[in-house]
Amino acid sequence: MDAFLKIRGLKKHFGDNRVLDGIDLDVAAASVTTIIGKSGIGKSVLLKCIANLLQSDAGTIELDGKAISQSRRRANSDAGVSFSYMFQNNALFDSLTAFDNVALPLREATNLKKAEIKERVDEMLAQLELSDSADRYPGELSGGMKKRVAIGRALITKPQVVLFDEPTTGLDPERKYSVFEMIADYRERFGFTALLVSHDIPEVFEISDQVAWLDEGIIKFFGRPEELNSDAQSALSGFLSKANYGRKP
Amino acid sequence: MIRTFGRSALGVVFELGEISLFSFGALRGFFAQRRRLAKLTLAIHEIGVRCFPIIATVGLFTGLVMGLQLYYTLVKFGAESALGTAVALSLIRELGPVLTALMIVGQAGSAMASELGIQRNDEQIDALETMSIDPLGYLVGPRLVATLICFPILTAIFDLIGIFGGYLTGSVLLNVDSGVYWNRVFESVTWADVQGGYIKALVFGILTISICAYRGYNTHRKASFPGVRGVSESATRAVVWSSVSVLAADYLITSFLL
Repeated sequence: MDAFLKIRGLKKHFGDNRVLDGIDLDVAAASVTTIIGKSGIGKSVLLKCIANLLQSDAGTIELDGKAISQSRRRANSDAGVSFSYMFQNNALFDSLTAFDNVALPLREATNLKKAEIKERVDEMLAQLELSDSADRYPGELSGGMKKRVAIGRALITKPQVVLFDEPTTGLDPERKYSVFEMIADYRERFGFTALLVSHDIPEVFEISDQVAWLDEGIIKFFGRPEELNSDAQSALSGFLSKANYGRKP
Repeated sequence: MIRTFGRSALGVVFELGEISLFSFGALRGFFAQRRRLAKLTLAIHEIGVRCFPIIATVGLFTGLVMGLQLYYTLVKFGAESALGTAVALSLIRELGPVLTALMIVGQAGSAMASELGIQRNDEQIDALETMSIDPLGYLVGPRLVATLICFPILTAIFDLIGIFGGYLTGSVLLNVDSGVYWNRVFESVTWADVQGGYIKALVFGILTISICAYRGYNTHRKASFPGVRGVSESATRAVVWSSVSVLAADYLITSFLL
């Protein structure tokens, strides 16, 4: 597999707590890779280190064969490097409408003309079936609609890599499926590479090309979802059985 | 004990340095922003327009009370004709800038610290970073620039309304000749007094808004508790430290101006 996003030896310590202790991960282009693991094990920390919201202590990240520095990871697209992040709680701005939330990165971080921004945002909102709610504030939207606004904001800059931090937290089973379908659908449509943190096992495996199991600061399993059943690691089997994976109803 | 005192003193100096860098970064970030005028207009509305009613009210009552107190002091020395001088100079040199700053801290500073704290907890500040938007320039910069515009104007409004309040008690209620009152006001106030008041207003503005914004923005690092309690702690500390810094800076500036 040619890795589009290659992470080597990524470390992050908080005092004596070695949260990430040498992460190696290869993510293929335009694929969906899901990171699973126990709560508090460091999955979100890993995403935040990739997005440079947290400064890693050691390690390298390569995108498309080129090492990217921390400052360039933060920059949106000055050298074609573009990461986008969808937060667990959406992180929408309460004082901005759905339209303004989606338009925010274009208005503040690009030189696009007003008309062009409007065209792109209208198009995105139409794709997200949010055109009728464009003028509504986040407080007036349902949980699922907020997720869609957050996805729209993450995708509006046409990023190469989108990091999803537990995108289905707090949603009912029906909405969980629709969010996963949305991610898979938009991945097809926009062609981005997705790195996803989720506890929704096994639902999330349906849209995942690869699964990475994070435990004790390192990736202990990496492979296709169907390989999980054949994996002999007892710790992983234990984790999956607690998550109701592989059990017959 | 000496060690503890020294550590605390170093902590304060370190924090002052952090606040200075924070404010400088916010100002620099603001001038790199797009749509600066729109952001500045919103910030002026937040700090200036919303604070106007409270400034006007407090200014009026301060003037009314000063007119009353100073009249009964001056009349003992047969110097009630100096009421205009006493009210105007006290307000312009001292009370106007100090009380205006304290009122803005209570009205806009606490709200700003809470808002930034909530935005920090809600990961909205992190979201800005992932969108390549400088959060300091976007959220704090416009407020600091608005401060430079709003504080002197609000201080001037406070002074004028306060002097008018002094006139209401002194002349309308206690029969000091209104011509004498206004004549003393115009005669005694010099450009240096007004300038000193504006210097104080600018310094207080930068100090208070920087402290409030810094506390709110760094809720995740500075508060003892996470979540809502952390935000309320940040807002409380922002108001307390801003108010203390206004009084301390007032003493320092006054000692240089006199």
